[in-house]
Amino acid sequence: MTDLSTLKVPGPTVIPLTEPFWEAAAEGRLVIQRCGACGEAVFYPREICPHCWADALSWEEASGTGWLKTFSTIWKPGHPGWIPAVPYTVGLVELAEGPTMLSHILGETPEVGMKLTLAPTNIGGRVLPCFRPEHGVE
Amino acid sequence: MRPHAAIVGAGSLAPQRRTEGASTLGMLARAAKAALDDARMEKAEIDGLLVGPQVGETPQHVPATVSEYLGLQPVMSNVVDLGGASGPGMVWRAAAAIQAGMCETVLCVIGNHRNPEPPRSPNRNPIREFDVPFGASGANVSYALLKQAHMARYGTTDEDFALIAHWARANAQNCPEAIFHGSPASVDDVLASPMIASPLHLFEIVMPVAGAEAGIVTSAERARGRQAAWLLGAGEKITHRAVSQAPDLTSGPLKPSMDRAFAQSGLGVERMSLLSLYDCYTIMVATTLEDAGLCTPGGFGEFMRAHDFGPAGDMPLNTHGGQLGYGQPDLAGGMTHVTEAVRQLRGAATGRQIADPEFALVTGNGATMSEAVALVLGTDA
Repeated sequence: MTDLSTLKVPGPTVIPLTEPFWEAAAEGRLVIQRCGACGEAVFYPREICPHCWADALSWEEASGTGWLKTFSTIWKPGHPGWIPAVPYTVGLVELAEGPTMLSHILGETPEVGMKLTLAPTNIGGRVLPCFRPEHGVE
Repeated sequence: MRPHAAIVGAGSLAPQRRTEGASTLGMLARAAKAALDDARMEKAEIDGLLVGPQVGETPQHVPATVSEYLGLQPVMSNVVDLGGASGPGMVWRAAAAIQAGMCETVLCVIGNHRNPEPPRSPNRNPIREFDVPFGASGANVSYALLKQAHMARYGTTDEDFALIAHWARANAQNCPEAIFHGSPASVDDVLASPMIASPLHLFEIVMPVAGAEAGIVTSAERARGRQAAWLLGAGEKITHRAVSQAPDLTSGPLKPSMDRAFAQSGLGVERMSLLSLYDCYTIMVATTLEDAGLCTPGGFGEFMRAHDFGPAGDMPLNTHGGQLGYGQPDLAGGMTHVTEAVRQLRGAATGRQIADPEFALVTGNGATMSEAVALVLGTDA
């Protein structure tokens, strides 16, 4: 299996608003926003709450657990930097807190519905919040 | 409701795999001229202009640039930026502007070249920041995720989806301009084509081509007495941009859009003589058939086996081959579903004309099943 840390692939286009997310990611943690007015968890990071428009978002540590809503195993990547890694899998992870994020899914046999846990992984020289199966397939 | 406007002309440039030194403006001009000639109208009658976004070549001031190039001075103009729904989105906006008294005849035109240097500007949106770094670049991944979700939820099979690509290729054999004219594909051929992003095979994905498409929308008054495709109903809905933010993976914003278009027209889906359904990928057609109520959720495979989707069949679908058979001329791909419906309703679909057409359902879809426009067109006001 290809060492993902050696890939020459595009990293995140970080802006000041999203720095806390990527700084936590570099430390192997997952943080998301939560709205102090309506209580909803928010991903990806926003300036104001997309649910109630309150200006009351703050960062919190996410549980790092979720489930796989869907996935795709990529054979012909959209970016050439990923060619050495094929086949690899990306998927939609519904976090225990509610929001869904797209992530890189480790493991050979993904299945829709499987429980996932955070698996910080070095991709192209940056540690990103990837996921792996928790207890296998449910 | 009495229709306020109709499409009285359609123009298409034949799709091309590649161009060398072509300008989008030049292609738009040729498509516009073809549509105006088809409408048998004079250039001076055009007083409205709707165009698509032109990332790279003319990133700003697009209506003014296109107007100047074409020698037009419109009293209503705008950019419609709804991805593959842009074409159908132009049609109802044109009709609305006409109804509001702002103009009388609108040129709707969209297209792109495929020169060696792709005209793309660097993205700095949330998809670029939060999806691309994980290895998810491009539309294939998004629609692969949608297909996988459909298969997981309903147990639909690759064979079910391959039937959609097979029929697109079959209908392309009646359209000499189609990029896959001369290249039919059986279900087995589709399944044997390379896996690109599981579960999507190559033949389930459109071929990108150069092209341009145009339509002329005019007032009811001016449309009377002409060969016209009347706008009987329209609906639109935008739900998200990134596939991770989709509120539903197995039903899309076309569902409420089609509901609204049918309600406005007073017609049900069973009255449609032609289904002109946006088909960037097989999964998009599957979801649209289900969202239209033509079959149960998860039931599209049985539906595909129960009908003949050719021009002489009981359920004509994408008689130009759809984009899966015709090719996808960038953002103009969605407009091909409009121009094909106009040709069928006006009895001008040479070599693939359906018998006694009355009504057509046209759908447009953009981004990750995010941007939806549905139109109901008819032969009579």
